[in-house]
Amino acid sequence: MKHAGTLAKIRMRLALRSKAFLFFSVILPLGFLFFYAGVFGHGDPRKVAYVLAQVLSLTVMGSFWGLSAQLVIFREQGILRRFRLAPVGAAAMLASSVMSNYVLVLPTVVMEFLIAHWVFGMTQWGNLLGAFVIVSLGGITFSALGLIVASVTNNMQETQVINNAVWFCFLFMSGAAIPLPILPSFIQRVALFLPATYLVTGLQSVLVRHASLLNVTADVIALAGSFAVAFVISWQLFRWEPEERLPGRAKLWAAAAMIPFLLLGAWESTRGDRRAEANTIFESLQPLANPSQTK
Amino acid sequence: MEAAVERGDFRWQQSLGYDDNLVVSDTAIQVEDLVKSYGPVQALRGVSFEVCEGEVFGLLGPNGAGKTTTVEILEGLRTADTGRVTVCGLDPHRSGAEYQHLFGAALQSTALPDKLRVDEALALFSSFYPKRRDTAELVRRFGLEEKRRAYYSQLSGGQKQRLALALALVNEPRVVFLDEPTAGLDPQVRREIYDIIEELRQEKKTILLTTHYIEEAERLCDRVAIIDHGKVIALGTPRELKERSAGTTRIQVRLAQPAHDGALERLEGVADCRQFEDSYVLHSRRPPQTIVALVKHLEAEGNELQSLEIATPTLEDVFIELTGRRLRD
Repeated sequence: MKHAGTLAKIRMRLALRSKAFLFFSVILPLGFLFFYAGVFGHGDPRKVAYVLAQVLSLTVMGSFWGLSAQLVIFREQGILRRFRLAPVGAAAMLASSVMSNYVLVLPTVVMEFLIAHWVFGMTQWGNLLGAFVIVSLGGITFSALGLIVASVTNNMQETQVINNAVWFCFLFMSGAAIPLPILPSFIQRVALFLPATYLVTGLQSVLVRHASLLNVTADVIALAGSFAVAFVISWQLFRWEPEERLPGRAKLWAAAAMIPFLLLGAWESTRGDRRAEANTIFESLQPLANPSQTK
Repeated sequence: MEAAVERGDFRWQQSLGYDDNLVVSDTAIQVEDLVKSYGPVQALRGVSFEVCEGEVFGLLGPNGAGKTTTVEILEGLRTADTGRVTVCGLDPHRSGAEYQHLFGAALQSTALPDKLRVDEALALFSSFYPKRRDTAELVRRFGLEEKRRAYYSQLSGGQKQRLALALALVNEPRVVFLDEPTAGLDPQVRREIYDIIEELRQEKKTILLTTHYIEEAERLCDRVAIIDHGKVIALGTPRELKERSAGTTRIQVRLAQPAHDGALERLEGVADCRQFEDSYVLHSRRPPQTIVALVKHLEAEGNELQSLEIATPTLEDVFIELTGRRLRD
């Protein structure tokens, strides 16, 4: 863990020296907040809290790209080979991606909360502890999911293609970009198989309904489980050398990454309440648009 | 002083003050019958050699001879198909971090993140080891003071290579692997690197370096293994190897017209004659007689001598003698 911490510190410094990082991890998420809160918030504190949950999800999901994809560049350029000569294991290298992504996402999250409060008049903070737990779990989960892509792809081009495909599914099918209840019913059903959905519904529950952590247990377990599975699988698949091919066993591991999400989605589809919760939260905002029903 | 202990092929001797559990043997590196293929290409075909503690040992050979593969197997970056390697008695793939603490290495092309500063790189890599060298001293020693705060991408080729060498020493290694440490560098920088390697020799580090520069092998190495097509074809001190061409002198001539087949080989005193592009290299046991005979032969043939160089044999001559090719071919 000590090596992972040292590597994380250096990788954070490297990220902060990159203009692309500042744009995608700070400016773009804040831009989303101004757009969503400005267009959909209507000065209504509860609606602002709702869109804040969406923007926080987008911000946290950005860890999917983040420093995980940087490992592909490191591998392509032969930088990982130099680290391999030192007593640095694959787990330390992967953990450094997760740790640095997590620490780097927090200031943007705090800025988003403060802007929602000061600029858009979000009067209540919601369940801040719950939000912190879900943001934290979301950050490390999406980093670890990004690590799986980094491990199975052979170069940055492949990484970008796969990341974009997965990212758009997360973005448009989870409720992060468009509220889940207004999406077609079949997409709502598919959403239950995506870890991103649990991040969005969890954050909406704690910020809009001030739900306790107990009330969002399903989201917390889904995210924590996704992190554990994704990290272990990325560890199994990790490659130091660009010319190292993925063995057949590794492809089975990559396929195995889907199993927990299939189980989770199947369970939620039959016995869970996340879809209903998303609908309830969304509908609870609607009467506020009609002054006669607010009393 | 501990009694010598027989353990396998190694003679284990007294500890020389290293504080870990490793015992110093006079054989620091042992490579036995390494075989390695990349698909249909056989990179190593039974490479064997030993390197003694404190020795500077060179693997000399042309590109593609198998030098880098050998070193990378020793560094634990590759696994051999068959064969065995040990460094100070440890196996690269079975000894884990203990093995990595033991050695330092500069890869054939070291790459670091572009925006990593020189002092950050040294601090980062030294943090991975329990035994560390003062990084400020390394910065001074490798002439990187002015570039201490520079990004890796802002360094010249020579500075990058000096940083790679400094990184190889951050853990006070007992064994240092240097893969083509001066390849692609200008002569001035190459000489600076030679000085650094000479200093490491003074510190009694065991050094295994690969090179295709004759001058480097002759100047730096206590012993040299000449490697070609995945096999060690000669091994010894540079002097011993040159004595293979015992008593011969190298005479290189350029002629106005090509010589007739075998004509130069039959000249008095000539032990060996080979043609390279526009010149002929003769190895003669009696140089004055050979030169007189050569001049007479050219007069008789109506040919002309355009240039003539006389030199004592180099390792290149040994390589030519063994393979019929130049090192750079």
